[in-house]
Amino acid sequence: MYARKGHALATDLARAWRPPPRIESRAVRTLIVVSVALYLLVAALTVEVDPGRIREGMSRAGDLFGGWLRPDFVTRWPDIRTGLLESLSMTAVATAVGLMISIPFGLGASRNLVPGPVYVVCRGALAVFRAFNEIIVAILFVAMFGFGPFAGVMTLVVATVGFLGKLLAEAVEEIDSAPLDALTTAGASWPSRVVFGVLPQVMPRILGLTLYRLDINFRESAVIGLVGAGGIGATLTTAFSRYEFESVSAILILIIAMVFAAEVISGHLRRRLL
Amino acid sequence: MPTVVHAEHGRGWRRYTKAQSRVRFLITLGVVAALAVAWNSISSQTTWSFVLDAGVQFRDMGMRMFPPDGRYFTALARPMIDTVHMATLGTALGVLIAIPLAFAAARPTTPSRLYVRPVALLLLVTSRSVNSIIWALMLVVLIGPGILAGILAIAFRSVGFVGKLVYEAIEEAPQLPITAMETTGAGRAQALAFGLIPQILPTMAGVGVYRWEINIREATILGLVGAGGIGMALQASIDALAWSRVSVILLVILSTVVVAEWASARVRKKLA
Repeated sequence: MYARKGHALATDLARAWRPPPRIESRAVRTLIVVSVALYLLVAALTVEVDPGRIREGMSRAGDLFGGWLRPDFVTRWPDIRTGLLESLSMTAVATAVGLMISIPFGLGASRNLVPGPVYVVCRGALAVFRAFNEIIVAILFVAMFGFGPFAGVMTLVVATVGFLGKLLAEAVEEIDSAPLDALTTAGASWPSRVVFGVLPQVMPRILGLTLYRLDINFRESAVIGLVGAGGIGATLTTAFSRYEFESVSAILILIIAMVFAAEVISGHLRRRLL
Repeated sequence: MPTVVHAEHGRGWRRYTKAQSRVRFLITLGVVAALAVAWNSISSQTTWSFVLDAGVQFRDMGMRMFPPDGRYFTALARPMIDTVHMATLGTALGVLIAIPLAFAAARPTTPSRLYVRPVALLLLVTSRSVNSIIWALMLVVLIGPGILAGILAIAFRSVGFVGKLVYEAIEEAPQLPITAMETTGAGRAQALAFGLIPQILPTMAGVGVYRWEINIREATILGLVGAGGIGMALQASIDALAWSRVSVILLVILSTVVVAEWASARVRKKLA
């Protein structure tokens, strides 16, 4: 009798124990949960759903998914090959040019290397480069430079500088300052402080980030073609507007395969180089 | 290029052996040659007279954009709210789908390493490789234009991102607490709930908020292919060559992105 009672008590205790909550005040916790739920409900209610249109679309789903299951690499192969090569060229050039531009911007945006005004200007420029989605930048550049891969390269350069510049600046701000102090004490000039005190410490990081950006640029090159900036995206849009879902499927499969291959190769390179 | 730097200041000491520097030279040469070929192919596809004209075009576009059409601002409230809704609901749905996939993909928690894990990984890679605007393009064909297509596009793209980071967090979490609980007689579910979830919860929340911030940016363009939000207003203004409206839209997008970035940074700092 006692034994059973003791046992029950132990179970109750085990049930009663909870890990301590991250937000201590119960009122604040409830408020957050209720307001999040309320917001999601209100937002969900604004979504207009047209069941008729969805039913109509589902009849087309057959074509779309049917096309996916029968990828057709052959019919449009010349177009697909040209598009892929163009995308690869855009990716390579944009990453290289972007890297070269991002190094001065990244150094200028490091608080431990430059005076205040330079820091503010470089940080601001990097923030502007990252503010707009690639598609919007591509629209403006296509209007400026005309249709074709050049506008695409310029778009990817802007995005690359914004990305690499910011992450490079963060890496430089985290370096060990002792070599830099030693060089300063010995009277080294600013360029030699950067070359001997900073770059050796951030080189592996720059390399890793560049490989990562290469991968992103390839994926983005498949998208900016939608607004006329060249590459495999242009081929994809054409296939879509002709309702050639078999070719769409082939292009998407190629993109996925290349992204996957790039991930494997860059992972291998990073392990060997770093 | 460290080779050059070190060779310059000591004749006797070199960082790399002769063979090593030869390999490095060849790699550099190969990269430069590949870049030259790539640049050549782009150059041949470019109408250079248009590019040289860019300065004039830029000034022209700037003049048409300025002054921004202030009256248009009020008409943008609704599309912008729709855009934020799309990002938030899409992220929420994406996280909901991503979590079970992450558990199926992580080595310690997958039901079967041979059958389930590869399928989950493939789904995550597919989701990540297809950009949200391409998802939107397909969904607009299926379910028609509007905010619902946008929400689903955002969700489908987010699954791969959130899923990958969460499954990596699961694999990196120390397994000792789980083993300890199972030793004391806890069931599998109990061991995961108390031994694993508390370890990965901060990562999950941080990744979700970070993805939300990215999704705000992505949601602003989905309208270009008909998936609702402010992108539809952008497309309409560009098609009508109403550049003074385009500049208002760009300003609204810019300020929303800045606010979202600030909010996300604050929340993530609190979580860390």
